[in-house]
Amino acid sequence: MSSVPKSLKYSNSHEWVRQDEDDLLTVGVTDHAQTMLGDLVYVELPELEGSFETGQEVAVVESVKAAADVYSPVSGEIVEINELLLENPQLINEDPYGKGWLFRIRPFESELKDLLSADEYSKVVASEAH
Amino acid sequence: MPFIPHTKHDVQTMLATIGVDKIDDLFDEIPASLRGASLASIPDGLTEMELTRLMRERAKQDSDLLCFIGAGAYEHHIPAAVWDVTSRGEYLTAYTPYQAEASQGTLQLLYEYQTMMSSLMALDVSNASLYDGASALAEAVLMAARSNKNSKNYRILMPRTVHPHYRDVVRAIVGQQGIEIIEVPFDPRTGTTAVASLQKYANDITALVIPQPNFFGVIEDVDALTNWAHEQKAIAIAVVNPMAMALLKAPGQWGKNGADIACGEGQPLGVPLASGGPYYGFLCCKKEFVRQLPGRIVGRTVDADGKQGFVLTLQAREQHIRRAKATSNICTNQGLLVTASTIYMSLMGPQGLRRTALACYQNAHALRDVLTAIPGVEVVFASPMLHEIVLRLPQSVDTVLSELAKFNIQGGYALNHVYPELGNCVLVCATETKTSADFAKYAEKLQQVLSKSKGVHAAFEKKTLVDCEKGV
Repeated sequence: MSSVPKSLKYSNSHEWVRQDEDDLLTVGVTDHAQTMLGDLVYVELPELEGSFETGQEVAVVESVKAAADVYSPVSGEIVEINELLLENPQLINEDPYGKGWLFRIRPFESELKDLLSADEYSKVVASEAH
Repeated sequence: MPFIPHTKHDVQTMLATIGVDKIDDLFDEIPASLRGASLASIPDGLTEMELTRLMRERAKQDSDLLCFIGAGAYEHHIPAAVWDVTSRGEYLTAYTPYQAEASQGTLQLLYEYQTMMSSLMALDVSNASLYDGASALAEAVLMAARSNKNSKNYRILMPRTVHPHYRDVVRAIVGQQGIEIIEVPFDPRTGTTAVASLQKYANDITALVIPQPNFFGVIEDVDALTNWAHEQKAIAIAVVNPMAMALLKAPGQWGKNGADIACGEGQPLGVPLASGGPYYGFLCCKKEFVRQLPGRIVGRTVDADGKQGFVLTLQAREQHIRRAKATSNICTNQGLLVTASTIYMSLMGPQGLRRTALACYQNAHALRDVLTAIPGVEVVFASPMLHEIVLRLPQSVDTVLSELAKFNIQGGYALNHVYPELGNCVLVCATETKTSADFAKYAEKLQQVLSKSKGVHAAFEKKTLVDCEKGV
């Protein structure tokens, strides 16, 4: 059973979103995603100050068997990227909701629209399982 | 697995098993309007006997020619062992190595090739080869555009001393991809690209292409050019003759930091001229660019039992893993030619390659001396050369070359078509395959051709011939 923390929001494409105290959002990929991908070997992070729309490809995570696009869950500007991942991509496997965070983004709109709750995301994961 | 064709009986049995009357019935889903018509302009097939005779007659046209043409493809001696081993069934028919466990022989050979090539270029990584030198340069340009984070204007400086066909191919491949190719003129006295002529593009370019030797056979000041590129935060792309790299400074050692990417034509290393191809392109780079390197890359790893094995690696660069984000549309490599090259490099070793390059250098200089002893034949560029030289003739080069061809001499490559400012200029090459007797013959026939149209006195003709023999 993959872990789906209740305090976070989620997208259909397996990104998680945490609203931080400074109104910035931290984004990563879920435990389910890292299990499906397998051992991560490389992460391509976005450039700082880059602007992205909701649903636009913002990063790439590459494992031994696949390379997957990460989609921005909101529209906003990248303010920070997790540079530790460049040398230690396996942090995504080991701690996907903590040390494995990908980037922090300043959303253009204050309301988080169209994101799933933990329960809703758990249903998405369950429906994908065969 | 041997090739075992079907007999008519086999075919009938198979059709009966699946309940079909004739093979054509298996295609009945294709609408009649879409079915191909007969290929009327393609003649009937020949028998083996007829074909053998035809090819023998064709081959005769190309043999017995004394070849002094370089211009990107070079005649070198290929030891008999090279193609003897390359022609073994295991190498000749090995299929593409996507199934690693069934392809260890091919993969190991490609890994050895990559190791030798990166060593020759003094760079960290090589791919498993591309189609040819020209498309390798195009891939290098695309790679530089993707990799250079400092420059988003995608402007590439391309000296006119780069092979004209390579420049055409690069323009064709990158032209529609938002990349601007800016041609840089050469110094007409030296035939080289001066740093001063690049200055107006300072701080405003993505990459600089640096040939070595350049198309004119001239040796460029690669250190100064590489340093200048890096000062502009641009990527330095070396396009080189791999044989020459056994003698000259390798791209990874150019300037303070070394060239970033090196590419070129692999043909000189064990691949015959073969009337123009196939040849192969090589592409090498510093480790920091490896994820932008197109083409196949073979890696060495260990299997589940800890035993060494070889695999295709970093495949996320390739189409079959990420179609839209692949670094290139290429999904192959020139396996057979790379096999021959790897065996050639193994037999020759670094010393053998160096000696060959040196022999070419010495022969080209000897040929230069013999030909320039003829009145009216002049060296055009006051520069060090490797094994090719640009000579100016007192008459039209096209005419002279076709006259020389009547003596079975391929005198060189006429430059006026691609460099209009170099009228009456010919690019002449001498490799280790030529002897002083060959040079004497070339000089004698050239003198004859030049005199014929000028009606020079026979006595003068004899005198100059004697001078040539003395100089040999």
